[in-house]
Amino acid sequence: MIAPPATTPALADDGFMDARAKMLDIAAFLDRLDRHAQGSEDYRIAALRSALTELHSETPGRVARILDQLSDPSQEPIEQATEQGAAGAYLNLKS
Amino acid sequence: MRYIEPHAHMVSRTTDDYERMVTSGCQAVIEPAFWAGFDRSSAQGFYDYLRQITEYEPRRAAKYLLPHYCWLCINPKESEDTVLADEVLSIIPEFIGKPNVLGIGEIGLNKNSKNELAVLEKHIQLAADHDQMVLVHTPHLEDKRKGTKLIVDALKNHPEIDPAKIIIDHVEEHTVGIVKDAGFWAGITLYPESKCTSARATDILEIYGTEQIWINSACDWGHSNPLAVPQTALHMRRRGHDQEFIDKILFKNPHDFLSQSPNFKAL
Ligand SMILES: [Zn+2]
Repeated sequence: MIAPPATTPALADDGFMDARAKMLDIAAFLDRLDRHAQGSEDYRIAALRSALTELHSETPGRVARILDQLSDPSQEPIEQATEQGAAGAYLNLKS
Repeated sequence: MRYIEPHAHMVSRTTDDYERMVTSGCQAVIEPAFWAGFDRSSAQGFYDYLRQITEYEPRRAAKYLLPHYCWLCINPKESEDTVLADEVLSIIPEFIGKPNVLGIGEIGLNKNSKNELAVLEKHIQLAADHDQMVLVHTPHLEDKRKGTKLIVDALKNHPEIDPAKIIIDHVEEHTVGIVKDAGFWAGITLYPESKCTSARATDILEIYGTEQIWINSACDWGHSNPLAVPQTALHMRRRGHDQEFIDKILFKNPHDFLSQSPNFKAL
């Protein structure tokens, strides 16, 4: 591993406002969803809420663990591609 | 600053982008064959596209003094139709001898289907038969991790292709280890939303090291940035990385990998 040459204060100077803004955007997004809630929750939002708990983790590797959580856990190729796009969260039709 | 843009779909960019890339230090641009944003209706459509990236686009880039290279394939998004895929696979050898062709790519998977996997296998065999390097696209978002594992397994079935001549692109934090542990090169794509930011790309390099890895913009007709690579160099400098680190990632690494093709002219 390459030691990051930037010092902690420099990283904080450079990244804090950006992270703060993104955090507020997520909070506003969740508030907005609550305000306009109709019926059951979209599976993508449920996946997002579940992944948010990783942000409380004290252990490095949060990004990979969040990406893992949002990934299709199956291992075998699917029978047929019926669409071309991806959604960003895995819809488990079996659950 | 000098850099190589190792993954850009220039057929969908304007000449203004060529000018901006060259004035930002771009020394060469590499264009993998990809999806046009809609499904082509026939092999003839692919034939014309392959002519475009092997004949016309290098001339367009040359007006900006920029060497242009390409990779050939039918992309995974159009691989569900195996009849069409077979037709396209049959015309690819005609283009392999063109002077700007570096190999077979960007092949890979999109939704991880059986047909996509079968077409991927045929492309790998084509590369092996013609002693070509390989550039692999990994699926998007929730399909990436599974697809990356399937791709690595499919490539391992072909030990006749040196893993050092294969780059697996669009890695992220959860897949870079899978690719590097198997001995392949890894590509990090800088996309505003769906892939990596400059900051995350730099994190990955700090954690996984600077060997056998490159960064690219993968700019195309969608939300993407043809200057993402030089802009990431600025981010790296702000993070305290020196010129040697930046030059290795932006220039030396792609130069080393691409120089394995006899068609790539040393810069
Ligand atoms: Zn691409």
